[in-house]
Amino acid sequence: MTVLLSIANRFAYAVLLLVAVLVLNFTMMHLAPGDIADTIAQASGGADAEVMAQIRRDYGLDQPFLVQLLSYIAKVATFDLGYSFFYNQPVTDLIFEKVPATLLLVITAQLLALAVGVLLGVYSARHPRGIASYIVTFLALFGYAAPVFWTGILLLIAFSLKIQLFPVAGMMDASLIDAGFFAQALSVAHHMVLPVVTLASIFLALYSRLCRASMLEVLGSDYVRTAKAKGLGEREVVYKHALKNALSPVVTLAGLQFSAVVSGAVLVEAVFSWPGLGTLALQSIIARDTPTILGILFFSAFVVIFGNLLTDMVLRMMDPRLRGKA
Amino acid sequence: MRKLALSLATATAMVCLAAPAVLAACGEKGGTLVSWLGQTPRHLNPAVQSGVVTGAPGAQLFATPLRYTDGWEAEPYLAQSVTTSDDGLSVTIKIRDNANFHDGKPVTSEDVKFSVDTIKANHPFKAMFAPVEAVETPDSKTAVLKLSQPHPALMLAMSSQLMAIIPKHVYGDGQDVKAHPQNSENVVGSGPFKLVEFKRDQHVILERNDDYFGEAPCLDRIVMRIIKDQSAASIGLENGEIHMAPFMNTVRNIKRLEKAEGVNVTADGYAAIGALDWLAFNTKKGPLADKRVRQAIAHAVDKNFIMKAIMLGLASEAKGPIHPGSPLAAEGLPGYDLDLEKAAALLDEAGYPLKDGKRMELSINFGWPSIKPQAEYVKAALKKVGIDVSVKASPDFPTWAKTVSNHDFDMTMDTVFNWGDPVIGVHRTYDSSNIKKGVIWSNTQQYENARVDELMEMAGKETDPEKRKALYEEFQQIVADELPVYWLNTLPYHTAYSDKVGNPVKGIWASSSPMDRVYLKK
Repeated sequence: MTVLLSIANRFAYAVLLLVAVLVLNFTMMHLAPGDIADTIAQASGGADAEVMAQIRRDYGLDQPFLVQLLSYIAKVATFDLGYSFFYNQPVTDLIFEKVPATLLLVITAQLLALAVGVLLGVYSARHPRGIASYIVTFLALFGYAAPVFWTGILLLIAFSLKIQLFPVAGMMDASLIDAGFFAQALSVAHHMVLPVVTLASIFLALYSRLCRASMLEVLGSDYVRTAKAKGLGEREVVYKHALKNALSPVVTLAGLQFSAVVSGAVLVEAVFSWPGLGTLALQSIIARDTPTILGILFFSAFVVIFGNLLTDMVLRMMDPRLRGKA
Repeated sequence: MRKLALSLATATAMVCLAAPAVLAACGEKGGTLVSWLGQTPRHLNPAVQSGVVTGAPGAQLFATPLRYTDGWEAEPYLAQSVTTSDDGLSVTIKIRDNANFHDGKPVTSEDVKFSVDTIKANHPFKAMFAPVEAVETPDSKTAVLKLSQPHPALMLAMSSQLMAIIPKHVYGDGQDVKAHPQNSENVVGSGPFKLVEFKRDQHVILERNDDYFGEAPCLDRIVMRIIKDQSAASIGLENGEIHMAPFMNTVRNIKRLEKAEGVNVTADGYAAIGALDWLAFNTKKGPLADKRVRQAIAHAVDKNFIMKAIMLGLASEAKGPIHPGSPLAAEGLPGYDLDLEKAAALLDEAGYPLKDGKRMELSINFGWPSIKPQAEYVKAALKKVGIDVSVKASPDFPTWAKTVSNHDFDMTMDTVFNWGDPVIGVHRTYDSSNIKKGVIWSNTQQYENARVDELMEMAGKETDPEKRKALYEEFQQIVADELPVYWLNTLPYHTAYSDKVGNPVKGIWASSSPMDRVYLKK
């Protein structure tokens, strides 16, 4: 019962937070200098004063700020995110067109980083002073510190140009638009390798370092010593007893990375022309496509807030000590 | 109703184009060409969307009355002939008999009328068709444009992406043409290629139009891949994934491609687009209101340095407002050679003597990263004549546009396109009636010169090519002396293409021209 109540409580907060996010974002977009008329002029190589005034009228940008804000909130309340200025398409359609590509990229990269990160973390926790451990730490930190667009271009030069293993950009070979599902899926997988590895390289460091620290702490604790004293095998102690407990902070962190659905992927998507939400977000900010940006921000806020709620529930299931707490 | 009078072709003011175009041959037939787009087009209908990313697919999907050769000669394209009357006040377009839209319906004079009306109402370049008062349709294949004054710029405005003939039966269904769903899918034009698929941020796929009115296009398909990162696109050219990349402008990538095996680069094809980088002055603000200060700055800036060190030899010098590749560009314009003494003398004369190593403080704005090196160079160069320059970077284009269009700047770096005829893309910068707050790429320098206004007005309606050139010559002499802007270089636009590509896009509009002659070698 308390669990349900606490969830309902947090849900109410979440909705309030979403409204606040809307108002704040709308205001910020309004404060940003320039508007869609300017960017249409830019894309057109110039535009007449009359045409620019017409664009502003068409999109209601000549209305007072409060009128614009209230009519926007009223629309969102009915789950209508409006029409994109830039593409003349419903924003909801645009977002849902892009979400699968981003989810595919981010989830694959997260799983890869999580799996490899945990393995490396456990390994270096068991051999904290070994050479291999230092190498792992160095590589992980390098991946974290290097700017992702740089890593991306470097991988492109290495594996698209020097050794021509992977394509440079895009999500699928355009000649396969009439091909069967299997051929298309294979092409997507082929195009995914470099962006996934690039994106995973950032998270890898986080997970391996955290897992290492957490494992070191757990491995030194009493119950592990007890397990060892009972005569359990090394493997069993490490993977069955210690790792289970050490994973808790790693899962929390992974949950927080839900926000990376937009933030983390923007740069990687830009480098590899991955047609996802990040590309759309970047494009619409540059184009001052207010409805699209607001739509994406609303969607991201939604994902982050409810992603955290979900993480919370998973943690409660994993760790009985948390169950009673609100 | 007035009849087409082809026999009048000898009259001076008369322009008649009826000679069949001599097109390059397809070396080979078939194949899929993969080309490159650096941005996602908003949509694919050039009648209501200007710009080169809509232009590339747009010029394949939609035919225009005329097309141009590499040597700026107009040739009939969708039109069988284009005839201008003696007084220059009516232009008769005869549509080819065999021209059909992609849905099988014939192209008629009604479509021409509808297209001109649509472009007039929606296209950002009002000057293109401003003098067109009415379009008459004496018969189903003949459209007559009635003009309020002679309008020679119309000839270029009838080519490339500027005058797409769009079908009335599709786009005239009552919906707003700017937001028409068939601007992005099931696009219907009469051009050499038909739309297969347009996926935002991914690609535009086109296939050969077998019902095309002209000689059959060489290629089966064109895939235009949308890749925003030019470095990634260059790698694609090097590893063979991309065959042709027009409008590349990052000099380091072009340099690399120049050396790459199996890849060629050319600067041909960008004369009509006519993109110029320049240093603009706020002629109404502070010391910059004085012509001598602007001239002194010109003498202090070394264009050679810009062309060699920043443009790596890939751009040409721009000496005036008209792109050097245009037949209207004046020769013998005053050059401003690097001359620090002369610059100093001019500044002294203008009343800005050197005090404690400094004469004045100015700022320079720029709005996009590719132009930053020039802005920073200007700062360094002006330091030598005692002008302290602070560089103001804008985070993105709209921010810069807001600042500059509201005249809140001293100097700014800028890139502006000629768009074919000076009436379309040049006048706007110098015309005193085009000082319009809030409109970017208007006369943001607030330059005013009655003679310049007069010259542009006369040249705009002068039908005699020689007289017109002379008027523009005088115009260029004056602005090159008064320097509302200091032109630096042409944009280093290049087309990179693989050895496999035959007849890569050139002409005067680069990829905004039909690619019916482009072929792939096996």
